[in-house]
Amino acid sequence: MGAEMTEATGGIDFEDEEASGVVKKFMFVNRKAPYGTIYALEALEVVLISAAFDQDVSLAFLDDGVYQIIKGQHTKAIDVKNFSPTYRALEGYDIEKLYVEKESLDQRGLTEDDLLVDVQVMSSAEMAKMMSEQDIVISF
Amino acid sequence: MLHIVNKSPFENQTLDSCLRVAGNAEGAAILLTEDAVFAASKGNSNESKIKAVMGKVKVYALWPDVEARGMQDRVIEGIKMVDYGGFVDLVAEHSNCQSWL
Repeated sequence: MGAEMTEATGGIDFEDEEASGVVKKFMFVNRKAPYGTIYALEALEVVLISAAFDQDVSLAFLDDGVYQIIKGQHTKAIDVKNFSPTYRALEGYDIEKLYVEKESLDQRGLTEDDLLVDVQVMSSAEMAKMMSEQDIVISF
Repeated sequence: MLHIVNKSPFENQTLDSCLRVAGNAEGAAILLTEDAVFAASKGNSNESKIKAVMGKVKVYALWPDVEARGMQDRVIEGIKMVDYGGFVDLVAEHSNCQSWL
């Protein structure tokens, strides 16, 4: 049965995978502003998908990525969906680890109060440590 | 952790971002590939930034990309060259990696 199953599932033995119940630390690194490119929205889609797999998920916001979670986004006039409220919904999917690099905020004249979700603001060094502790880092 | 940069430091901030976060990080290595190898050349305006982190983290450049861009005779001393096999080894040796896209 094992051989038959792996063939049907493209070589992946889902039964074993479930039995082991491995939870890995996933970090999604966001470094692009929203709307100008599709990266931010795509990252959010993948994050939401990952929530379905009961993994240890965190999001990091650096560089222009911090603009993704800025308050007061109004996109009606550019005819693009404003997906910023979705970041506030992440909590409902048990995704509560949102990390923001302080240097990126400082460079842009922003503070934690300008952000639309509760985050943990940290230094570059702390961010590097957080990244290095992950099993999987997915960059956008 | 392995950090990979593939963009020219002259048209993109990714090298600066990488150096800011990873430049002082325990056990970090930085691999320059594609247009990022220009940062590995002597006399370029990023040389001091690269040298500043070299005492703390290992810096590598991908030889095929260095050579393709004619940078092979002007690589900053101390930057280690890797071929594609070496690239794979670096990925395998480190617990994880971050591509500064």
